[in-house]
Amino acid sequence: MSFGYMEALFASVLFAAAPLIVASLGETVAERAGVINLSLDGTLLFSAMAAFTVARVTGNPWLGLLAGAGAGAAVAAVLVLFGQALRVSELAVGFVLTLFCRELAYFLGHAQARRPGPDLGVLHIPGLADLPFLGKGVFHQSPVVLLSLLAVAGVWFFLMRTKTGLLVRAVGESPEAVKARGFSVARVRFWCCLAGGAMAGCAGGFYSLAVKPGWGHPQGCEGAGWIALAIVIFGGWKPARVALGALFFAAIQVAGIALQDALPGLSGTLFQIAPFPVMIITLLVVNLRRSAAFREAARRVPILGRLMPRSAGGAPGAIVGALDRGF
Amino acid sequence: MMRAAPRALARAAFAVGLALAATLAIVAASGAPPLETLAVMAQGGFGSEAAWLRTLSSFAPLLLCGAALCVTFAANLWNIGVEGQITMGALGCLWFLRAVSPAGPLPPGLAVTLSLLAAMAGGAAWALLSGVLRTHGRVHEIFSGLGLNFVAMGVSLWLILGPWKRPGMASLSGTAPLDPALWLPALGGRPMSLVGPILAVLAFAGVVWLLTRTFFGLTLSAVRQNSLAAERLGLAPKIRILTAMGIGGALAGLAGGVLIAGLYHRLIPSVSGNYGYTAILAVLLASGSLPAVPLACLFFAALAVGSIQLPLTLSLDSSLAGVIQGVLVLTLFAARGLWPAASRRKP
Repeated sequence: MSFGYMEALFASVLFAAAPLIVASLGETVAERAGVINLSLDGTLLFSAMAAFTVARVTGNPWLGLLAGAGAGAAVAAVLVLFGQALRVSELAVGFVLTLFCRELAYFLGHAQARRPGPDLGVLHIPGLADLPFLGKGVFHQSPVVLLSLLAVAGVWFFLMRTKTGLLVRAVGESPEAVKARGFSVARVRFWCCLAGGAMAGCAGGFYSLAVKPGWGHPQGCEGAGWIALAIVIFGGWKPARVALGALFFAAIQVAGIALQDALPGLSGTLFQIAPFPVMIITLLVVNLRRSAAFREAARRVPILGRLMPRSAGGAPGAIVGALDRGF
Repeated sequence: MMRAAPRALARAAFAVGLALAATLAIVAASGAPPLETLAVMAQGGFGSEAAWLRTLSSFAPLLLCGAALCVTFAANLWNIGVEGQITMGALGCLWFLRAVSPAGPLPPGLAVTLSLLAAMAGGAAWALLSGVLRTHGRVHEIFSGLGLNFVAMGVSLWLILGPWKRPGMASLSGTAPLDPALWLPALGGRPMSLVGPILAVLAFAGVVWLLTRTFFGLTLSAVRQNSLAAERLGLAPKIRILTAMGIGGALAGLAGGVLIAGLYHRLIPSVSGNYGYTAILAVLLASGSLPAVPLACLFFAALAVGSIQLPLTLSLDSSLAGVIQGVLVLTLFAARGLWPAASRRKP
C-alpha cells in the first residue's frame, strides 16, 4: 500500500462523502429547529433529477446545482406547509413525500434517462493543489469536496456562533420559551426547514452532476437520504461530528468498492448494503450510551464514564417529542 | 357528530378533485396526453378478465401488508420495515419448498400450507428484530426497519447469485422455477392463483376482529394513547409492542409467501415489489378507517397494474402509479388539515 494509494483512497472518501455531508448538515439545521424532514431520500433523488435536467438543457452544471437546491427547498416547503400550517404529522408527510418525490423523479426524468450531460468537472487551485495529501483530496478534485467542507464550517459557525443560530437551537430545545420571548417559532422552523431542504437539494445535485453523474432508473443514490438521516443522530446534532459521521459512512462504501476487487467471489450488492447494518449498530451504540442502564453501569465502572455523552440529552427536545408521539 | 358526514364528503371530494387535477398537470408536464394516459391505466387495471386477475394478485400482498400495518399502527409503531418482512417471508417460503421436493414424504398440498407458515415465521422474525431494537435498544423503528429492508434485499440477492443460483448460471432473472406441484392451486385453469386474494381477505377480517373485538386490541389502543399510563396499569407496553410487531411481521411474511407460491414460483431480486411502501400509502389514505383499507388497497393495486401498460403504449415511465398514489395521500392530508373532523384525534 503505497503513499499514492492512500492519497487516492483519501480523495475518494472525501468525494463520496461530499453529498452525505451536505445533506446531513441540512437535516441538522432543520432538526435543531425541531423539524424532522423525513423526505430526505426522495428529496435527494428529485433534486438530482432536477439538477441534471437543468444542467443538460442549459449546458451549465452550476445552474443545474442551483435548480437542485431550489427543488430541495420546494419539497421542504411542502413539508413545512403541511406540518406547521395544516398540523399534519411531519413524520407522515415526510414519509409520503419520500415515496412521492422518488416516483415523480423517475416519471419526469424519464426523458433524461441514460443521456450524456455536463458535470461539475474538476477544480484546480494552483499552488494549493501541490500540497501533500490535501492537494489531491481537496484542491485538485471535484468542486463538491471543497463546497462540502465549506458547508461544515458555515453550518458550525451559523449554529454555534451566531445569534440567529442560538435562536434556532432554542426553538428546537424549548419552543415555549422562545414563544414567551416574543419570537415566531413557526417562522424560524420554516426558514430552517427550507435551508435544510436546499442543502439536501444541493446534495442531490452533487450526485447527478459529480459523484454518480447522469440520470437513470436507478440513479445510484437511492438510500443515501436514509443514511444521512441516521448520520444526524450518529453525530449527535453537532455539525463537525455529523461531518465525521458522513466521512465514516462514505469510508464504508469506498471500502466496499475497494474490497470488491480484492474479493471477487463476494457479490458487490453485499457491499452496497453494508452501510445499513452499520447504521443500525451505530444507532444502537449511540442510543444505549444514553440509556439509564448505561449510566448505572458507568457509575459502578468509572472507566465507562468516559464513553458517556457529555451533554445531557443530545437530541433537540422537540425532535424527541415528535419521535415519541410516533404516528 | 351530525356534521361529520358532510364534512367527510366535502373532504373526500376535495381530495379526489385536487388529486385528479395535480395528476393531470404532472402528466401534461411530462408531455403526454393526460386523458389518454389515464384511460390506458384504467384499461390496464380493470379492462379484461386477465387485467382483473393481475390486479387481484397485486391486491393480495398489498392487503396483507395493509393488515400488518393496521396492527402496528394501532400500537403507534412506524413499521416501515414491511418490505424486508415480505422479503424474509418469501425466503422462508422458498427455503421450505426447496427443502421438501415434490417427490418428498409430504403431500404437496401440505407442503405448500407449511411453506406459508414458514413465510409467516420469516416475516415475524424480521419484524421482531426491529421490535427488540426498539424496545431494548432504543433504536427507532423507522431506522431499524429501513436498514433491515436493505439487508433483506442484500440477503435475497446473495441467495439468487450464490447458494440458490440456477444450476450452471447465476442470473439476476431469479432462481430456478419451482415444481408446479408446489404452486398455490389456480382455480378453474386460470393463469393466476386466487388463493392469495382469498387468504388476504380472511387475514384482514381476522385483523379487524383482533383490533375491534378483543382485549388485545383494546390494550393496543391504550398503549397507543398513553404508553406511560399503560405501563402503570400493568399493560406491559414492551410486550404489546413486540406482539404487534410479531403479528404484523407474520402477515407481511405471508404476503411474501403468497408472492412466491402463488405468483412468481421462484425468487426474483425485488420480490417485495414496493408492496410494503405502497401499503403504507394505502393505509394512510384510509386514514384510520378499517373498512376503507381494502378499498384503498384494491385501488392502488389497479393503479400499479394499469401503469405497467404505460411504457409499452405511451413510452412513459410506469412510476406514474406511485406519483398518483402520493398525490392522493398528500391532497387527503391537505383536505384533513383544512377541514378537521368534528371529533378530531390528536395527530
